[in-house]
Amino acid sequence: MHSLAFDIAHLLAGGLVLVSFMMLYQDRMYALINVFALHAVLLAVSVAWQALVQDAPHLYITALIALVFKATIIPAALRRIVERLDIHREIETVVGTGLTMLAGMALVALSMVVMLRVTAAADPLAREDLAFALSIVLLGLLMMVSRRNAVSQVIGFMSLENGLVLAATGAKGMPLVVEISVAFSVLIAFIVIGIFLFRIRERFDSVDIRALDRVRRERL
Amino acid sequence: MSTMPFDAIRLVLLIPLVSAGVLALVTNYRWSSRLNVVASLVTFLASLLLLVHRPASGPLVQIDDLNIVFVVLNTFVAFTTSIFSASYIEHELETGRLTPVYLRFYHAMFQFMMFGMNLALVANNIGLMWVAIELATLTTILMVGIYRTPEALEAAWKYFILGSVGIALALFGTILVYMAARPVIGGGLPAMAWTILIRRVAEFDPSLLNVAFIFLLLGYGTKVGLVPLHAWLPDAHAEGPTPISAVLSGLLLNVALYAVLRFKMLLAANPHTFAPGPLMITTGLVSLIFAAFMLYRRRDIKRLFAYSSIEHMGIIAFAFGMGGPLANFAGLLHMTMHSLTKSAIFFTVGHVAQVKGTQRIADMGGLSVTHPALAWALVISVAAIAGLPPSGIFLSEFLVVSSTFARAPLLAIPLVVGLLLAIGALLVKVGGIVFGEPRGNTAPDKASFVPFVAHLAIVIAAGVWLPGPVVTWFHNIAQLLG
Repeated sequence: MHSLAFDIAHLLAGGLVLVSFMMLYQDRMYALINVFALHAVLLAVSVAWQALVQDAPHLYITALIALVFKATIIPAALRRIVERLDIHREIETVVGTGLTMLAGMALVALSMVVMLRVTAAADPLAREDLAFALSIVLLGLLMMVSRRNAVSQVIGFMSLENGLVLAATGAKGMPLVVEISVAFSVLIAFIVIGIFLFRIRERFDSVDIRALDRVRRERL
Repeated sequence: MSTMPFDAIRLVLLIPLVSAGVLALVTNYRWSSRLNVVASLVTFLASLLLLVHRPASGPLVQIDDLNIVFVVLNTFVAFTTSIFSASYIEHELETGRLTPVYLRFYHAMFQFMMFGMNLALVANNIGLMWVAIELATLTTILMVGIYRTPEALEAAWKYFILGSVGIALALFGTILVYMAARPVIGGGLPAMAWTILIRRVAEFDPSLLNVAFIFLLLGYGTKVGLVPLHAWLPDAHAEGPTPISAVLSGLLLNVALYAVLRFKMLLAANPHTFAPGPLMITTGLVSLIFAAFMLYRRRDIKRLFAYSSIEHMGIIAFAFGMGGPLANFAGLLHMTMHSLTKSAIFFTVGHVAQVKGTQRIADMGGLSVTHPALAWALVISVAAIAGLPPSGIFLSEFLVVSSTFARAPLLAIPLVVGLLLAIGALLVKVGGIVFGEPRGNTAPDKASFVPFVAHLAIVIAAGVWLPGPVVTWFHNIAQLLG
């Protein structure tokens, strides 16, 4: 029983890392949003599985938040933004896809080496989960730095937060306060970003971050 | 928590929260700025109550020797900033940079930010502290973007992206600390409470704590503005309203550093972890020297002092990295003095930029001719921040340098070089503003000097004579910090 629980958790967390990789090479806005929704669904399943294994019913709430909020409402809202701003096609990457993928692999290798080595004493489920979570966090960071478009930076940030939720649920018995607050902070963050996006739109007719760079006059 | 009818911790948290709600509804800006001052004053008085009667720590909030200093400092600077803000925003309304609707938002956000910072300081739970710092950050992001100019939006966006990355890394570190605590303490809330963590930390898995500290230093270090992660700081200071720059430099950086210090205490209490000192010394020195060089190239007055904040945060990180009672004492003193002096500088700079109608250093020459009072205020406060005697910053910098000379003379060389470079840069830049050809507007200023005088009086008094109780107090904390 233990090994099955472990294997499924492993599979789901690994799946999240894989979907993080998929996000790295999307070159269309809608496709990217769909992949993010998939990421959130996988997260919800993974958290629900942890809730079952750890016998911690409050984690189901976290799973539900992931499913309803991150997998449904946010993608819908993002699609609306993309539609209203008419930016379906453009995803401008800073470096090529190949290079980004290579960098992603290096980051995953790094997080495996670091986490597995230092958590040798912790219980295996938690440590593997933590290693995967760190990979997702780092891949989210990579996505944020490798995209110029504000919407895809936001998606990168949210996938990063997904990694954090995975880590938090992997840590047995972590108080609910934290998980809800994570979800809550994402909500606030999203509102903030939404406001900013529309303000940016007002000013520049574009959500390309480079438009912001162009208006700098006093850089010093 | 205490069973007293008035629990000062609750007051310090509830007053800003309630007044944020009330201020969101007040439409008349004169009333709301007055209300802001009153609310901040009452919060400050409530924090003074903590000195008299210290409530016992509860599962979520606590007051101990370390954070009580910061709570009092925080509420005091918030109070003086609210006075400055009242005279500042009147001018902003006249020039049309802010509309009454935005002002309502501004005042509500100001109090909400104070709530976030006070909560972060009194939190007895590493998760709650994280949430509070995140709250304070999000409100400052909104405040930085409040002018809605392209520059302000860019600054807010940059702050948002870097700030969220930092806060995400800090959360990962927080989770790792919990993972380290769980096998020893058991799951649930106790494994996140400072008071319990610090007692049992010696039994934690040291390697997990090591990794956790690196994430926490990177994460909260972004907020502190330590150098590779500082990019948001100058923009956020330059483009937001000046009262917010004062609060950012004077308070938010301190709150983030306080979080780092707490975790450093945990590491210090576990004998098998690595020493965090060298890591903090390196980032501190890099921040100090980098910022000192960058000071020479600034053309915007608020950016100039933002880099000066990075420089001072570097000195503080260096002092705590050195560790030991004397360096820790110096670090604490420097945190207090810097926060008072830097906010006083921003009060002055805010008025200078308003009367001159620009933030460009090149366009504000000859201040001693056009506005003598402001010029004097600027000279005095810059002399204080540069660490010239008799300011309190001279005392703390002297302690840092002398304790470093005694223990690691080689490290003292870059430290002194950085300090001298920074002094040179500040004197050159401010000399250009105060003296030289009069330029820009010569309209009379309507500055309020009360907050400025209050801050500088404390800083200079501390430089001349530190009262005995304060010294013993700081000494006790310095011992705790290891």
